[in-house]
Amino acid sequence: MLSIGLGHYLTLAAIIFTIGVVGIFLNRKNVIVILMSIELILLAVNINLVAFSIFINDLSGQIFTLFILTVAAAEAAIGLAIIVVYFRNSDTIRVEEIKNLKG
Amino acid sequence: MIAHSVFFYIFSLIAIISAVMVTVSKNTVHSVFFLILDFISISCLFIMIGAEFLGMIMLIVYVGAVAVLFLFVVMMLNVAEQKGQWFSSRWDGGTHIPIGLLVSLIIFFELIIVIGGWKYKPDLLNSLSINISNEITNTRSIGNVLYTDYILLFQISGMILLVAMIGAIVLTYRERAGVKRQSYVKQISRERDEGVDLVEAERNKGVKIDA
Repeated sequence: MLSIGLGHYLTLAAIIFTIGVVGIFLNRKNVIVILMSIELILLAVNINLVAFSIFINDLSGQIFTLFILTVAAAEAAIGLAIIVVYFRNSDTIRVEEIKNLKG
Repeated sequence: MIAHSVFFYIFSLIAIISAVMVTVSKNTVHSVFFLILDFISISCLFIMIGAEFLGMIMLIVYVGAVAVLFLFVVMMLNVAEQKGQWFSSRWDGGTHIPIGLLVSLIIFFELIIVIGGWKYKPDLLNSLSINISNEITNTRSIGNVLYTDYILLFQISGMILLVAMIGAIVLTYRERAGVKRQSYVKQISRERDEGVDLVEAERNKGVKIDA
């Protein structure tokens, strides 16, 4: 319990991942919170990669985390741009009212 | 060792609580602030575990850019205080909450089972390529690898960022009526005759321009 091992970090990542998934499932407010939940999920993935990288003493995991950060930033920018355009066209980004795709 | 574990528990507790608050808080601005807190505590964990460069990059990229972008969009769209309860759902009869919770619980327990039950493959530790050395700093060792072995991936990630930037601009660009713009072609292709008019000026009388 007192010495922190790989399992602790993996458990933390699992908890944050699950919270992100719950946020996507239960969100009724607006799409921005869904994007934030996706960021949480990516964060959990990053925790996993960094923890493995440190505990098995190999640097590749940290490099991969760097690329995941890049892709996450790009994804957030594009997603927010889409949200801005959608809000401009239809004056709402509530999840309940976005049904143009008839999904 | 004790301090390490104490700080691990403090930071991970803050991270978990703020992750919960991101999803449940009613005000979207508060969600963004809790997201920032989450990123900060996770980057503290990264710095603590020995990945200083990534911790700092998390601070700069996420807190400095992504979270501020979120905050900017939330405030620009004026969607901070949305009416409607978090748990209310007239939309699909309210079945999505128990099902969502069930699926999330299953995902969580599967992850926990996987964490509890695996082992390294015995030949894994021999097959590692890039060892972390204790002599040079974390930033320097990442730089050594990133610009040599991973240079193509590095370039491609730069291209991804460029495409994302252009895409965001193209998506949000709109023509507005009544905005005066420069027309470079018109400016460059002006002739001398349009701009200059030579007139004979009589002595003591001057010139009438508007004639």
